[in-house]
Amino acid sequence: MTSHRTLKHLLMTGICAGALGFSNIGFSAESSDPIKLTLHDWTGQLVTTNIMAEVLKSAGYNIELVQADYIAQFAGLKTGDLHVAMEMWETTGRDAMDEATATGKVENIGETGMQGIEEWWYPSYMKERCPGLPNWEALNDCAEEFATPETAPKGRYVGAPVTWGGFDDERVEALELDYEVIHAGTDAALFAELESAYQRKAPILLWVYAPHWAPSKYEGEWVQFPKYSAECYNDPSAGINPDMAYDCGKPSGPIWKVAWSGVKDKWPGAYSAIEKFELNNDEMGQMITAIDLDGAELDNVVADWLKSNESRWKAWIE
Amino acid sequence: MISRKTGLRLGWTALVALTTLIIIIGKSELKWAFKVPRDWRLPLKKEISTFMDWLINTADLGVLTFYELTRGISWILELPLNLATGIFATGILQGEGSAAVQLTQPVSWLAVILLVMAIGHYAQGWRLSILVGVCFTYLAVFGQWESAMLTLSSILIAAPIGVVVGALLGIFAYKWRWFEKVITPVLDLMQTVPVFAYLVPILFLFGFGPVAAMIATIIYAMPPMVRISILSLKQVPVELSEAGAMSGCTSLQQLRKVLIPSALPSLMIGVNQVIMLSLNMVIIASMIGAGGLGYDVLSALRRLDIGGGIESGVAIVVLAIALDRLSQALAERSEHITSDVGKKSFVQSHPYTTASVVMLIVISLGASVIGWLQTYPDSMTITTGDFWSDLVKYINVNYFDQIEAVKVFILLNVLGPVKRFLLMLPWPMVVLGVALLGYQLGGLKLSALTFCLMLFCALVGLWDKTMVTVYLCGISVVFAGLIGIPMGILGAENKVFGRFLETVIDTLQTLPSFVYLMPVVMLFRVGDFAAMIAVVAYSVAPAVRYTLHGIRQVDPQLVEAGVASGCTRWQLLTKIKLKLAMPEIMLGINQTVMLALSMLVITALVGTRELGQEVYIALTKADTGRGIVAGLCVAFLAITTDRLIHAGVAKSRARLGLN
Repeated sequence: MTSHRTLKHLLMTGICAGALGFSNIGFSAESSDPIKLTLHDWTGQLVTTNIMAEVLKSAGYNIELVQADYIAQFAGLKTGDLHVAMEMWETTGRDAMDEATATGKVENIGETGMQGIEEWWYPSYMKERCPGLPNWEALNDCAEEFATPETAPKGRYVGAPVTWGGFDDERVEALELDYEVIHAGTDAALFAELESAYQRKAPILLWVYAPHWAPSKYEGEWVQFPKYSAECYNDPSAGINPDMAYDCGKPSGPIWKVAWSGVKDKWPGAYSAIEKFELNNDEMGQMITAIDLDGAELDNVVADWLKSNESRWKAWIE
Repeated sequence: MISRKTGLRLGWTALVALTTLIIIIGKSELKWAFKVPRDWRLPLKKEISTFMDWLINTADLGVLTFYELTRGISWILELPLNLATGIFATGILQGEGSAAVQLTQPVSWLAVILLVMAIGHYAQGWRLSILVGVCFTYLAVFGQWESAMLTLSSILIAAPIGVVVGALLGIFAYKWRWFEKVITPVLDLMQTVPVFAYLVPILFLFGFGPVAAMIATIIYAMPPMVRISILSLKQVPVELSEAGAMSGCTSLQQLRKVLIPSALPSLMIGVNQVIMLSLNMVIIASMIGAGGLGYDVLSALRRLDIGGGIESGVAIVVLAIALDRLSQALAERSEHITSDVGKKSFVQSHPYTTASVVMLIVISLGASVIGWLQTYPDSMTITTGDFWSDLVKYINVNYFDQIEAVKVFILLNVLGPVKRFLLMLPWPMVVLGVALLGYQLGGLKLSALTFCLMLFCALVGLWDKTMVTVYLCGISVVFAGLIGIPMGILGAENKVFGRFLETVIDTLQTLPSFVYLMPVVMLFRVGDFAAMIAVVAYSVAPAVRYTLHGIRQVDPQLVEAGVASGCTRWQLLTKIKLKLAMPEIMLGINQTVMLALSMLVITALVGTRELGQEVYIALTKADTGRGIVAGLCVAFLAITTDRLIHAGVAKSRARLGLN
């Protein structure tokens, strides 16, 4: 392809000349170059990626796990420096994913089977102070309960980083909620707020998503907004408020798998295995809890899953 | 003809009057004065993005494309990096990915500790040897070894490259004046444009992974080396270089035998700076695939594992302390090296090398039999994790209300009003005001420069965000000054406290701010106040350091003269020491401003809405143009402040008869 690649190959061949060491790749005659899967910094994604990696390894592929930022990784996926990203959330990654797939260098290879849920969330102890919950209409009655000196008399809702979208400012306006939306800059800040309030049993209303360890660690519920529909987001006349869109809850969205578009030709078998990969929210939730709250080792949790689901993943690599 | 002084006074009066007038007339009448009209704006974002696309996809240098060139560079850089990680962290591998075969084990942890202790002893003696030994033992005992070695190997490659390239650029700038003129503004930009702004193009050009991270690190850490090289070469006495010329040196010999050796001590300060700044980059580097300690800090953050974050953060600090002290000691030693290579054998003339090699061989052989020699046993690691989480919890549960009260008071009475005031000002008047200040402090040239830089921020459509940046950084710098300067004074008056203070600020500067970001959010909630606390914590160091240094530097004769004329201690301090140290203190404040601006991208993570957030959004959307434009605004704010303060300092120095 490029001059340095050729040079690299020449050198590598020189080094390996005596070794003849690359015949150990399994059943396929596919490339023995490593397939690079990206690792991000949340447990669920590490589990997903490690399961995929182990499955591919047992099919004889050469796998490399690379740490990369959730969004910044697209730079690498476009150029083929990175190959597969196992979790791209509809809810938070859609824009970046669309931008990347539009170039034709990155490809969406379907759902993981897990659904990202995200919505306004409150800890259970708030139900005593605001008995009407989880119905969203109770929110306005308890706005003062959720207020802080800076936002009073309005309630305070901690929203996601601005980059995640989510239309909370629009939702507050459309449903005439007496709340001020404060955007956290990152999800770590979001959960730091929750941890702090939970320790003090203090009021808090914030954006929580699943699969995540937070809904297992903290007791609480999602606010029930009018059910999401596409019309509600696009058509102002639909829904409770006749003049505005976004007068409903958030959509739950699939978690996608994305890959460099060269994967299909270079490792067709692996491509099809990745395509077939699927997990559901429950098993993922259990694994995250085992790791983050019960302190189990990630490798052991992954190994356990592989052992008890052998027929499932064997089918992916047939 | 009116004098300059009256002219300036007239100018300021007119400016204030006009501003008031515009504000009274109000937004509805004079819309353009409050919001830059759309058709005045520069379409810079798009152009930069298009340029980047061209650079990556089509730019051709004849023999090979630009893309191939950058990829070639990263392939070359990958070789030493892989070697270093192989030796210290992963073992030397053959092949890639999971099919790789480990040819050798990484160097045993015990051997590394003994090795750095030997270097410490060679450089200075037992004290340093024990200090670095303790630092590295921390890494093993607290279970940070593997990550720390990964980080160490990337620093071991990045720092020398930064040093060599920096020194070369410095030498070129010393030789050719035009080159110095070209490179100075580039250095300014390298130091002030937030790294996040150019991360995306770097990833495209150099590929994803440790090499791209290393290149970002080098860009960020190299500028001080260039500056110090230029400065120290210029400081070589003329007599010396003339002596070299008279004894018939060629220009290369002149450089090698005369200039560089005599500038060496100052050059070593540059080396030290490169190492420290490289360690500052560890977290950001881990976002683009460098792994190591930075990754541990990030993932601890994600799990809200405060203790884990602190332990990994402290690992970065101890690594920084060890490398810092070692490089400083080696620098001092290099000043009095005597070359007495006589008739001794190799072993006699290289006792340290010999001992180290023997030690390495013995331990490596031992490690192949005894497991705990190879890797520090997990069962022997300790952790303080719960202590930190419990501490934060205790403060949170018991003192939150008091903290909240103070916070609300400051928010409502200081932060809020200042923010509203700054956002109320019409932008043309602010730009003119800065230009006028430039004229007052430095003259026409400075005035024109600051005018253009500020105008840029307005014309790219980022004025409001620029003002929020000024507000957040401005207030943080004031608080940092209010805390840092008195601390510095106390430290200068009391030696013991001074030494304690230096350790504290060293730690604050190298401890990644991510570590304390989460406790700060827990205690102060998301928002401007939490951001301010984080900025103050990071940027207070230079305010303390320069005050300490400035007061210590005051000519003792002047102080004695004060004592002789019967000054009280208070008078001594306020009338003599502080007055004379003021230029130095202002330079400290200048550094505080620079650090505050460099924290912006991080405060964006706790939900502030300023230029840092703009850079961060651009990064998450992989929008090169948007990121660079916002990054340039940050840089221009920094350069404007820097030039104004320097001009002011030069003026007051002249008045005090210093220099």
